[in-house]
Amino acid sequence: MNKNIRKISYQQAISEALSQEMERDPRVFTYGLDVADHKSIFGSTAGLVKKFGPKRCFSTPLSEEALMGFGIGAALNGLRPVNIHIRVEFLLLAMNQLANIASSLRYGSKGELSVPIVIRVIIGRGWGQGYQHSKSLQSFFAHIPGLKVIMPTTPYDMKGLLVSAIRDNDPVICLEHRWLYWIEDHVPEELYTVPIGQSHIIRKGSDVTVVATSWMNVEAHDAANILAKRGVNIEIIDPRTISPLDDRTIIDSVNKTGHCIVADYDWLNCGFGSEVSARVSEKCFRKLKSPVTRIGFAPTPCPTTRPLENLFYPNAVSIVRAVEKKMSLKEADLRKESFHTWENKFRGPF
Amino acid sequence: MPKTNTVHSLTLYRKMYMTRKAEERIQIEDKKNEMKTPMHMSMGEEAISAGVCAALNKRAQIFSTYRTHAVYLSATEDLKGFFAELYGKATGPGGGKGGSMHLANPKRGVIFSSAVVATNIAPALGAAFANRRLGNDKVATTFFGDGAVDEGVFWESINLACLWKLPVLFVYEDNNLAIHTPASIRHSYKNIVEIVKKFGCPAVKYDGTDVEKIYQLTESALKQLKSGPFFMSLKYYRYLEHVGIGEDFNAGYRSKEEFLKWQKIDPLDTQRARLVKLGLENTVLALEKKVLKDINNAVDLAKSAPFPEPRDLYRGVYE
Repeated sequence: MNKNIRKISYQQAISEALSQEMERDPRVFTYGLDVADHKSIFGSTAGLVKKFGPKRCFSTPLSEEALMGFGIGAALNGLRPVNIHIRVEFLLLAMNQLANIASSLRYGSKGELSVPIVIRVIIGRGWGQGYQHSKSLQSFFAHIPGLKVIMPTTPYDMKGLLVSAIRDNDPVICLEHRWLYWIEDHVPEELYTVPIGQSHIIRKGSDVTVVATSWMNVEAHDAANILAKRGVNIEIIDPRTISPLDDRTIIDSVNKTGHCIVADYDWLNCGFGSEVSARVSEKCFRKLKSPVTRIGFAPTPCPTTRPLENLFYPNAVSIVRAVEKKMSLKEADLRKESFHTWENKFRGPF
Repeated sequence: MPKTNTVHSLTLYRKMYMTRKAEERIQIEDKKNEMKTPMHMSMGEEAISAGVCAALNKRAQIFSTYRTHAVYLSATEDLKGFFAELYGKATGPGGGKGGSMHLANPKRGVIFSSAVVATNIAPALGAAFANRRLGNDKVATTFFGDGAVDEGVFWESINLACLWKLPVLFVYEDNNLAIHTPASIRHSYKNIVEIVKKFGCPAVKYDGTDVEKIYQLTESALKQLKSGPFFMSLKYYRYLEHVGIGEDFNAGYRSKEEFLKWQKIDPLDTQRARLVKLGLENTVLALEKKVLKDINNAVDLAKSAPFPEPRDLYRGVYE
């Protein structure tokens, strides 16, 4: 197969990045609950135990705090751990180690210590996951100086950003939306990096800037196609890195379009959407033709039952409606439009 | 006594004397309010820090608590860095960003110190894992108190260390108090040593203040570390209040009589008497004079050292 046109899934991009980095650097190892079992974290650690053995890819007790501390200690002594959590809710048990130790050791040691750990975390929607298997929490982590937070959307970015994260000398949290695992894209077979802290314009447009995170890029893409039929061109920016944020790309775009919508895959209150909104207001104030609009989760825990879950998560329709409002357009009839959904693909168990 | 043993006994005494006198100096300086950092004083625990750190020597890789003074000085004997950090000066090992609770000097064996109780335990496991993989002779050591074992992460860590046979030295410093709350209203069990043994962790318990004994216990613990973790339960009495430089026997949660009982076996007095008995009084006096001079010098240097620059606020968050 010609590697230039090779397409692989997001899940394969993860396992390929891990495998190639473990091959390149013997200091890299992967660990966490169920990392080495037959399901291999939705396939994202597939083949690692076979290739590198149980010393470099191993399952652990649950003990989230101790195992985060374990990774920090290993990183301090020169190894490159990749710690994996199958849902972000479990990572909350390790927040003490992240917020109090990993984030602060470089700062408190006059730069002598570094904690090169990567924490891979699965976020977001599955299939009626309820209020403990559905969160995203990027602003939670991004709030803490000393931690880096990435949210790759495409398989290409996933591979390149994960490689950058493993080579980075600071702690990096990589948030991976469950639904993105099936997305396929052109991904070079050879190793490459996508820099941390660089936003990416995934669709050029001149009318409205939409800053979208993670799965919301898929929704924004659907919204863009619908709006294009009416002659409205939205510019979609995927920040890819939540912290440290490259706001330059966003500001340049909003200065051009005069309108900004932040479609964040998280709650609004004190969230990433609020942060982008504040920066755009500060830096594009005179160019803004409308106030910044934020789109995100409903301000509730996530309900399990499908009709309510559908209302909880934002989608392409939320973006279309927000754009129509900004452009003073009539609401289009969307009943015949088709949207990305895994309704039939996702049958659980989770 | 052979000469090398004499030197060794003097070293143990010097570490303890340095710690005690440095803290007494902190008490004197306190009224000037120039050291603006919460002091969790070590008085009473000097034998544990000195004995363990002397045995670890250059192999030390210590993950300490916020009660750092004795561990820091025992491991590094770095009075200049110690006082510079307490005065918040750029010349401190943390550039003043750590202060008393986060005193550390990774190059000299103190990796970091944590103020959130028990948070420093688990990183020692990963450090031990890396040491084994890298094949070096470092000894990941974690100090913690009887309050830390109230935290879940301690039990997670002891399980993990035993499960993976990680060469970690657990140093349990038992002063019976978590701030002001005694173990009797925190622990459902009496003997933690018996419990950690059931996890498969070899353990030893010593309820005394003899630094030579603690040194020997550590030495024999180190010999066993290759096959997995080792747990040392060491009892001491905290002479001063939880945080701050004063006594608090009038607070009602403990009695002065208890203190007086422990003071009779004060670790410094015990070791000094041993050295005098060996006919080393003059050597001891010279050693004490030298340490006091070094403390004066370190305090003067710290006072005259520069504070960090305003731009240092932003330095070191990321690489």
